[in-house]
Amino acid sequence: MSVKVSIPSAFRRHTEGLDSYDCAASDLNELLDGLANRFPELKPHLRDEQGKVRRFLNIYVNDEDIRFLDKDYKFADGDEVTLVPSIAGG
Amino acid sequence: MNSVRYELRCRECQTAWGNQPISFCQNCFAPLEVAYDLAAIKPEISRDKIASRATNLWRYKELLPLPEQYDASLPVGFTPLVKASNLGETFRTRSLYLKNDSVCFPTLSFKDRVVAVALTQARAFGFEVVSCSSTGNLANSVAAQAARGGFKACVFIPSDLEPAKILGTQVYGATIVRIDGNYDHVNRLCSQIADKHRWGFVNVNLRPYYAEGSKTVGYEIAEQLGWRLPDNVVVPMAGGSLIGKINKAFRELIELGLVESKHVKFFGAQATGCSPISAAVKAGRNEIEPQKPKTIARSLAIGNPADGFYAARMISGSGGWSEDVSDPEIVDGIALLAESEGIFTETAGGVTVGCAEKLYAQGRISPEETTVLCITGNGLKTTDALEGRFETSEPLAPKLAAFEEFLERELHGVVAAGGVR
Repeated sequence: MSVKVSIPSAFRRHTEGLDSYDCAASDLNELLDGLANRFPELKPHLRDEQGKVRRFLNIYVNDEDIRFLDKDYKFADGDEVTLVPSIAGG
Repeated sequence: MNSVRYELRCRECQTAWGNQPISFCQNCFAPLEVAYDLAAIKPEISRDKIASRATNLWRYKELLPLPEQYDASLPVGFTPLVKASNLGETFRTRSLYLKNDSVCFPTLSFKDRVVAVALTQARAFGFEVVSCSSTGNLANSVAAQAARGGFKACVFIPSDLEPAKILGTQVYGATIVRIDGNYDHVNRLCSQIADKHRWGFVNVNLRPYYAEGSKTVGYEIAEQLGWRLPDNVVVPMAGGSLIGKINKAFRELIELGLVESKHVKFFGAQATGCSPISAAVKAGRNEIEPQKPKTIARSLAIGNPADGFYAARMISGSGGWSEDVSDPEIVDGIALLAESEGIFTETAGGVTVGCAEKLYAQGRISPEETTVLCITGNGLKTTDALEGRFETSEPLAPKLAAFEEFLERELHGVVAAGGVR
């Protein structure tokens, strides 16, 4: 089981320059916990103080905004997760 | 502050980022907005000084994020503010105005304003290629103004846009990339491209500058009302930026002493088939739940609006409201505006008129107060929305007898009113 996370350039100063990260997370919570453990400086940028995903961060699974998927969506092998700043367009 | 007296600042953590092509705070991902040194600007700006300048958006240059050198030769903006007596009669009000950006130069939508400002910065930052994610109007404007300015233009659109909006981009020689997906897919892709390629995306990496161009709608409304603010403004919402920028414009004018302080209520208008901001306001929340757009108002079909949170918060905070209308109501709104005021607007304008009708009927807008509806685009770009609404008549023979017969058959009322010589 492998899930690939694409990391936007604004985050890369917290990820030793890595633009992607492979993990075996089964759901979003595990994925964010894994990222925060591996890259502690990234942690505050992923979730707010209440543990909610930050308002200005969009998360996509393959081509779908994760908010359109089941609340406890389980990743499938080969899923690609993309983190994208939400401030664009309009 | 540098010598140009404005800089980017994070809306949340207030970190200053100088002037560079970025749209979000590199610390917290929140949006960046242009902040001005209004205290330094105040002694240098006055109603008379503005009135002495050419009637286009460059007359508000002190309040726009313009580089020291820029080309102000394109007369963008300063569209008519029309008193709408006939439509007002329908809504039972005597103080209704239309800010008519359906005749904005050069491409007949309010997007000409934002693009004009964005391209001054694209030039200053040295971009050769300008781009955008667009629901149509923005692509038209980027393509046209890039052609004139000598930029290469490459724009991204959802594949199902109205043919007139696609043609109205291609004609300027722009490269158009149709994406198999909705606007939100296009937008995400553009964020990723802007992250990788050094292109000037007007609504991605140039977005803070671009969005400031929308303030000129607010400055013009105030100036055209005789340097006073209206009581209510009704604004169509896609990404939710325009409504916030009109509010910012009004607040700046108050702070600069150019208008008297006034509490203005803001009303948002969306299509029911894509109403994430309206749904938030109605539910009493600011957080946006994204939607999958399904509406003929394609220019407003943004299911995940970047400024949705701020728009919902500002509307509720102003004591305003947000409404939404169905596709048939949008078409009725287009027809109502055309038949009452002789203005042919696109689907977004139908949304605004339809929502305004509801807001008056609900008593949320008082007929005693001065209200401005923002008409942001031109009906000639979305004629497909009216397909089937009008019959095509059989041609008549070019003979007077044939006309007399037609007159008898179809036009009794006109004969009675006009008489016969």
